[in-house]
Amino acid sequence: MVQFSLPKNSKITTGKTWPKPEGASNVRKFKIYRWNPDDGKNPQVDTYFLDMDSCGPMVLDALIKIKNEIDPTLTFRRSCREGICGSCAMNIDGINTLACIYGMDEIKGDVAIYPLPHMPVVKDLIPDLTHFYAQHASIMPWLETKTNRPAKEWKQSIEDRKKLDGLYECVMCASCSTSCPSYWWNGDRYLGPAALLHAYRWIIDSRDEATGERLDNLEDPFKLYRCHTIMNCAKTCPKGLNPAKAIAHIKQMMVERAV
Amino acid sequence: MQFLTDRKRAQGLGAGGTGTQHHWQMLVSSILMIAAVPLFIFTFGYGLGGSFEEVQAYFSRPLPAIIMGLSLIVITRHVMQETHEAIEDYVHGAAGKLLIVAVSAFAYTLIAAGLFALVKLAL
Repeated sequence: MVQFSLPKNSKITTGKTWPKPEGASNVRKFKIYRWNPDDGKNPQVDTYFLDMDSCGPMVLDALIKIKNEIDPTLTFRRSCREGICGSCAMNIDGINTLACIYGMDEIKGDVAIYPLPHMPVVKDLIPDLTHFYAQHASIMPWLETKTNRPAKEWKQSIEDRKKLDGLYECVMCASCSTSCPSYWWNGDRYLGPAALLHAYRWIIDSRDEATGERLDNLEDPFKLYRCHTIMNCAKTCPKGLNPAKAIAHIKQMMVERAV
Repeated sequence: MQFLTDRKRAQGLGAGGTGTQHHWQMLVSSILMIAAVPLFIFTFGYGLGGSFEEVQAYFSRPLPAIIMGLSLIVITRHVMQETHEAIEDYVHGAAGKLLIVAVSAFAYTLIAAGLFALVKLAL
């Protein structure tokens, strides 16, 4: 049976409230999820106050400011700070998104920041994405060919290249998969929107010669058909992609070859 | 505790090789239900509240009886398959499998009882 409530040791408690910055007039409150695997305590939500006049506009700017100036133990992933690497995916104001491209002006009131939902937490805002990456690897995210390698390059028409638009841009931040209820309940077997979007990216690639094998690998009630078109993936994707549409195309191809 | 690689854990037992047939059947029955549900409501509503003789006379006519019989099969089977999906989503392991068997048995009993009643009324 799926688990609808948190286990006792995962129940969130009220954490430390850090002092407000002195002399600041434009102050904003941040409530941030904290959990340290080494101290044996339950997760807690710490409260921080930031002077917004000396802070950048994005949520990641605020997190970096907190880490640099208030609490160096706050742990989160970040790298490119421009929505390309997908490292800083987290749940901000109830939405899975990238902290580096999510402006604080989009949030009304206090800023609540949690790790991506329904994933094991490594520490604070860092989810364990091991299984997510292994699922991505299982869809063979590379060009599979059987024809001998051409002398120059694998050619592709402009029209066929256009079919990859809206697919290749995925940065594997896991925002979509961790917003999907089907992935919450059956993430061990259901591949989730991100892996399926990548699967379709290779299925639809005119140069790829393993289309049949790729579809065979997805022909499963759980790997593919746990998608119930809930559309949370499309709603939350910080890159504006539509994994649900890609999944619908895969289902369409499955029907085409079976019926 | 199992020492499995992440990749082996993700791949599990591989693809089951099924799913599309179920997906296609659900699409077909959904389309059939666009016609079946209004016809069922109309037919059922017409017979509702009448005396036994009136209802018997109504279902002795071929069209209402056929509509009722087809609706009974299509709608019950569709709901049964949707329930299977929901059980697969939320109930895992042996309990889930037993629940699927129970739901199937209930649905097919419902269809059989409904058809029997319909035949008895119609003939």
